[in-house]
Amino acid sequence: MITPELIASHQLSQEEYARIVSLLDREPTYTELGIFSVMWSEHCSYKSSRLHLKKLPTRSELVVQGPGENAGIIDIGGGYAIAFKIESHNHPSFIEPFQGAATGVGGILRDIFTMGARPIAVMDSLRFGPLDDPQVGPRNRRILAGVVAGIAHYGNCFGVPTVGGECIFEPAYNGNPLVNVFALGVFKKNEIFYARASGVGNPVIYVGAKTGRDGIHGASMASAEFSEESSQKRPNVQVGDPFMEKLLLEACLEAMQTGAIVGIQDMGAAGLTCSTCEMGSRGGTGIEIDLKLVPQRETGMTPYEIMLSESQERMLLVVEKGREEEVVRVYKKWGLDAVIIGVVTGDGMLRVKDHGGTVAEIPNRALADEAPLYDRPHTTPRRDAPMEAPEFRSQNLAADLAALVSSPDLCSKRWIWEQYDHMVRTNTIQVPGGDAAIVRVKETGSSVAMALDGNGRYAHLSPREGAWLAVAECCRNLSVVGALPVAATNCLNFGNPERPEIMAQLVEAIEGMGEACRHFETPITGGNVSLYNETLGDPVFPTPVLGIVGLMKTGAPVTIDFKQPDQIVILLGGLGGCDETRFGGTEYAKVVLHRLWGLPPALDMDYEKRVQAAMREIVDRGLAASAHDLSDGGLAVALAEASFGPAGIGAELSFQSELRPEFLLFHEGPSRVLISTEWPGEVCRIAAEHGVEALRAGFTVAGKIAILNHWETLIDCEVQPLRESWAGALEAGLRG
Amino acid sequence: MKFGVVVFPGSNCDHDAWYAVSAILGQPAELLWHDSASVGDCDAVILPGGFAYGDYLRCGAIAKFSPVMGAVKEFARQGGLVLGICNGFQILVESGLLPGALIRNRGLKFICRPVRLRTETTACPFTSAAAEGQVLTMPIAHGEGCYYADDRTLDRLEAEDRVVFRYLDNPNGSLRDIAGIVNEGRNVLGMMPHPERASEPLMGSSDGLLVLQSMAAALVI
Repeated sequence: MITPELIASHQLSQEEYARIVSLLDREPTYTELGIFSVMWSEHCSYKSSRLHLKKLPTRSELVVQGPGENAGIIDIGGGYAIAFKIESHNHPSFIEPFQGAATGVGGILRDIFTMGARPIAVMDSLRFGPLDDPQVGPRNRRILAGVVAGIAHYGNCFGVPTVGGECIFEPAYNGNPLVNVFALGVFKKNEIFYARASGVGNPVIYVGAKTGRDGIHGASMASAEFSEESSQKRPNVQVGDPFMEKLLLEACLEAMQTGAIVGIQDMGAAGLTCSTCEMGSRGGTGIEIDLKLVPQRETGMTPYEIMLSESQERMLLVVEKGREEEVVRVYKKWGLDAVIIGVVTGDGMLRVKDHGGTVAEIPNRALADEAPLYDRPHTTPRRDAPMEAPEFRSQNLAADLAALVSSPDLCSKRWIWEQYDHMVRTNTIQVPGGDAAIVRVKETGSSVAMALDGNGRYAHLSPREGAWLAVAECCRNLSVVGALPVAATNCLNFGNPERPEIMAQLVEAIEGMGEACRHFETPITGGNVSLYNETLGDPVFPTPVLGIVGLMKTGAPVTIDFKQPDQIVILLGGLGGCDETRFGGTEYAKVVLHRLWGLPPALDMDYEKRVQAAMREIVDRGLAASAHDLSDGGLAVALAEASFGPAGIGAELSFQSELRPEFLLFHEGPSRVLISTEWPGEVCRIAAEHGVEALRAGFTVAGKIAILNHWETLIDCEVQPLRESWAGALEAGLRG
Repeated sequence: MKFGVVVFPGSNCDHDAWYAVSAILGQPAELLWHDSASVGDCDAVILPGGFAYGDYLRCGAIAKFSPVMGAVKEFARQGGLVLGICNGFQILVESGLLPGALIRNRGLKFICRPVRLRTETTACPFTSAAAEGQVLTMPIAHGEGCYYADDRTLDRLEAEDRVVFRYLDNPNGSLRDIAGIVNEGRNVLGMMPHPERASEPLMGSSDGLLVLQSMAAALVI
């Protein structure tokens, strides 16, 4: 019997339960209660965010498919398209880092190839608590090592290159690490598959791994806060098998070639439940399945368990009636189960049978489209940082720079990305460590650039401006390598939306993202919202992560490092401005001053867009020997990073600025790119044409970094020791 | 002249090898499915990188029982050219076509990075286009690439000039810096680095193409 306790343990409110009863016109069965609970969970239904997500731009000439399908699709020309999306696997990765991250990769890969696209790139945006945290440092180190190993395990075996990402540390992520995985695939524009069940009488086929008891209620787990008992949720985490996924990929792509597949959807969160009712709902049809036909790897599973299992590496197909054999034969060739478990019906119902009896009978639309929609109250965004800046004066600017480049956020992440096969498929033109990753598309002769960005510190100080800055930086990273940003996917990582001050963060971030994406002409084609990232009432920093893709011609990449001495260094976009308030979110404030205050850097979107247009033209004309955007750590850190290339070339820069030294060197004002060139006149001419500043800042020199202001030396140091501490810091931090 | 690239269900560098041979080297190449008991009319066989059957047990441990490996063994016995790259090297060792074993990297982590290799011998059909001592750059991408064998085997490999490539900066703990070896008949090469990933300037190096070019030259003669 359905008791109030049972309803509560399914994380359904009394109002939601009443709605279920009215939709069914009767009490639900236990199995039906389970089905509603996962489909109406925050994770599957977006019930707190949907209202606001509508504010995002989703269309452009290039958008073939916007939000609502498994992934967004963009036309890249030449008859080809790309599918891409970012998704979180935060909660599982905290409970079981290796499998949590691994299945995060698996889930997003299935979202891509269920549409018919072959995955050609993965990136990861990671947030952890500090590795040297006095209380939970050892746990944070274990989580980082486990997450990286899990991503490597899955992606390397599957055979998709992991080409980039970001990794940031903050105490706000101590109890809730963030693992956001982005994947991108390529396919012919006329060979796209959708997750729609159409054609009454068509068979429904289950393919892939057998169903077990793993991951039951994973979606609901991802929709609740953590408490001290969270380790008991380990059985809710699924176990990944990348080899099985590889077989599934090849078999699905081959089966699609038969032309017999009508619709296809992966079984991700909420497994068989979600795939059946969503496909039915999208197709305006019903689906009837018989659970005794579902391949199972455990005995005695109940209908409830089978419907809610999140066992990995499974897909649901709707196939043209009479052509089942053609499809089944392909899966058999790859050694996979392919079993007819049901049929498409005309009555719009999800009907689940088990050994003759009916265990669930629910309108598909009630599950997929009539989930509650909440306009949750929102006040002003939660913030626990002062607006006032503290008094500070640098004792030693060179020592500050050394501290910054060897800090966890800014140090080399080679230890991470060398564990990822980032070259498989021989398409990776820009390997990890650059401003953006670049992957060529052999079929079209063109390339796709991609970047992930999101700054929780900025968003904590101002969710709206933080979102603007994330979009701007992501687009800038693409423009620096010469790619035109065309479309975006987003992953919104926030705390508990039932708290008005958290909901306010979410609303402002979404609105800000919408404003910036409109301005930079990068519609959002899909993504993911991860709420309830809280442990014992401590929320994460609001962390909107953007994944933006850009298009470019294939060619040798412009990399961030200086190539040879005596080239002119230009600061495209100029020195920018800063004041005390706008300095509070910088890495300098974090690493050197251990503080957070004020507001994030100020962004002028029009100016930013012009800088980016100029930058793309400079790259396109082959004028840049190197280019690196200024972001975390500002000018001095960008200069240091540009000096850490194999040639060991640094630069001497000289300015006439009224900014105080800390601001000049370390402020994080956007819209700036450090370029080295043989053709400074041309570069400056292009900048002028776009109405942006281009400062001739100095010239490259072997082995040394220097910055002067009004002829006074602010920093003058050797590249080599700085490079060594930058290169080895993460590994040193992991040793504890 | 035709190259065959074996496709195990978990091969993931099969297409890369096929692309390097057909699009860059400009020679015909076909894919050989793992349950075929013949290598057809191929004149050279490539065992590509990947995770043949998932490799959860031990890399290559199951692949050695596959029908295609029976055919590859016979092909090798008759003097046919066989190149095993990464997982292909692991399979050759498990199948007994090459001596020794490939165990987990020192450091116990997967490593993907370009490495420098010294060409130790050109007296084999895989390096004739290179110069002895020539340093080649190509990437590695493996978790189990530490070459291990007993001293007698290692001594013998060296005495018979069968060490083809050595690491200049040993990334994985391989004994005597061994990155690639040939069999007694010198027609079977196993190497952990990926020549197919270093076959065009856009990928950062074209040094790997020398291996494929050497094979093509040997097949013409």
